[in-house]
Amino acid sequence: MYDFAYLKPASLSDAANQLASPDSKLLAGGMSLIPSLKLRLNRYATLVDLGALADLKGIRREGDALVIGAMTPHAEVAASDEVLTVLPALASLAEGIGDPLVRNRGTLGGSIANADPAADYPAAVVGLGASVITNRRTITADDFFKGVFETALQPDEIITAVRFPIPKRAAYAKYRQPASRFALVGVFAVQSANGVRVAVTGAAPSVFRLAAAEAALIKRFAVAALDGITLDTEGLNSDIHASAEYRAHAVVEMTKRAVAAALK
Amino acid sequence: MPTVAMTVNGKSVAGNVEGRTLLVQFLREHLQLTGTHVGCDTSQCGCCTIHLNGKGVKSCAVLALACEGADVVTIEGLATGGTADVKLHPMQEAFREHHGLQCGFCTPGMIMSAVDMVKRKGHDLDEKAIRKQLEGNICRCTGYHNIVLAVQAGAAAMKGN
Ligand SMILES: Cc1cc2nc3c(=O)[nH]c(=O)nc-3n(C[C@H](O)[C@H](O)[C@H](O)COP(=O)(O)OP(=O)(O)OC[C@H]3O[C@@H](n4cnc5c(N)ncnc54)[C@H](O)[C@@H]3O)c2cc1C
Ligand code: FES
Ligand code: FES
Repeated sequence: MYDFAYLKPASLSDAANQLASPDSKLLAGGMSLIPSLKLRLNRYATLVDLGALADLKGIRREGDALVIGAMTPHAEVAASDEVLTVLPALASLAEGIGDPLVRNRGTLGGSIANADPAADYPAAVVGLGASVITNRRTITADDFFKGVFETALQPDEIITAVRFPIPKRAAYAKYRQPASRFALVGVFAVQSANGVRVAVTGAAPSVFRLAAAEAALIKRFAVAALDGITLDTEGLNSDIHASAEYRAHAVVEMTKRAVAAALK
Repeated sequence: MPTVAMTVNGKSVAGNVEGRTLLVQFLREHLQLTGTHVGCDTSQCGCCTIHLNGKGVKSCAVLALACEGADVVTIEGLATGGTADVKLHPMQEAFREHHGLQCGFCTPGMIMSAVDMVKRKGHDLDEKAIRKQLEGNICRCTGYHNIVLAVQAGAAAMKGN
C-alpha cells in the first residue's frame, strides 16, 4: 500500500472541505477500499475517514420510509428491530453480505458508493426505488448507478443517508458465488402502492431493472406470471464463475424465488 | 510521523505510525503481539480477527490511526493469570480439548471470531449456525469438523463465565 495522509474530520463540512483537495478519498468501513489499496489498485494523497461522524450512523422511521445513515454497518441493519419489522427483506440482504466480520465494519454508504457490479445493496436501492441523500442533493435510485464501480456522485460528494420507501411486500433472492460470497446473481422484487419493481445485481456491469418481469408481475404478482420470461444474454457478465447464458437463466430463476419469498 | 494511542488487552499503548499502517501491523510489529496472524491480502481469511470496541473485525482491513482511543482485544488478551498460573479462556480450552486445529495458523482468528459469535448469538449454537457464523474464517487444514465441535463446546462453557 502506498502511504497517504490520514484525516478524521469531526463534522460533515470539515469532511467536505478536506475531500475537495485533489487526490482525496473518503474512507468508511474500509472493507473495499483498504483491500484495493493493499493491492495497489489505487493511490491517494489523503484518506478522509468518516468514522467520527455519529450523525451519519443510525436507522430511523420517517413517515412511510426508513432512513438509514450512510455509516450504518451491515450488521446493524441486519439486527435492527425497526428494519426486521417493516422491511425484513433489507435485513436479510444485509445479513447475507460477506461474513460477520465484514458486516461489523462495512457500511451502506460505502457499498453503494463503491458500486461493485456484484454487490447486494444496489439491488435493494434500485428495487425499492430509494433516494440517495448526499451533502448536496437527493439522487433517485434509477439515476444513481452508472456502470462498473461508477455512480452519479461527484468526486467530492458525500452520501449521508439512504431513504427506503416501505413497500407492501419485498424479498431478495441471492445466488452466492461461494468463494467471494458476493452475488453471482441477486434479484430484489418489490410490490408497492406505486407498482412493481425488479432489480438485478451481479448479472451485468451495473444493477438494472428487469422490465419484462415488472410488466408481467404488475398484472399479477405471482410466480406463475413469470413463466416464459427469458433474458437476452447481450451485455450480461461472463467470467470463470458463470457464462452469460448461465446468468440469464439464473436471473429468471432468482426472480421467481424472490417473488415466492415476497408472497410468504 | 503521526502517533496513535489505544487500549490493547487492557493496557494503554501508543506508537508512531504511518497513515497506511494497518492495525494488524501495529499489533504485530510495534507491540510484538504476534498471535494475530496475516493469512491473505484480500481480507478473506479471518486469521487477523481481533475485537475492536467489542466487535469482531479483520485487523488487516483497519488502519491503526482509525483506532485512536479504541479498545482492542487480541488472542493474547483472552487467557487470565500469569505465565506460571495461566488459565485459558473457555473457548481456547475447548479448541485444545476438541483438537480444533492442525497447523494452528487460523486458530487465533477462529477463536476471536467464535467468542464474538457467542456474544452475538448466545451459548446454544447448532452446527449450522456455527458454520454460517464462521464464514469469515478460512482453515486450510482441518475440514472444520473439530472446529465446529470446539466452538459448540466453548460456547456452552462460556455460560458459566
Ligand atoms: C471478504 C469480503 C466479502 C464481501 N462480501 C460482500 C458481499 O457478499 N456482498 C456485498 O455487497 N459486499 C461484500 N463485500 C464488500 C463490503 O460490503 C464493503 O463493506 C462495501 O462494499 C464497502 O463499504 P465500506 O463501508 O467498507 O466502504 P469503504 O471500503 O471504506 O469505501 C468504499 C468506497 O466508497 C466510498 N465511500 C464510502 N463511504 C462513502 C460516503 N458516505 N459517500 C461517498 N462515498 C463513500 C469510498 O471513498 C470508497 O471509494 C465484501 C467485502 C469483503 C472484504
Ligand atoms: S489477513 Fe485479514 S482476512 Fe486474511
Ligand atoms: S489449522 Fe491449519 S489453517 Fe486451520
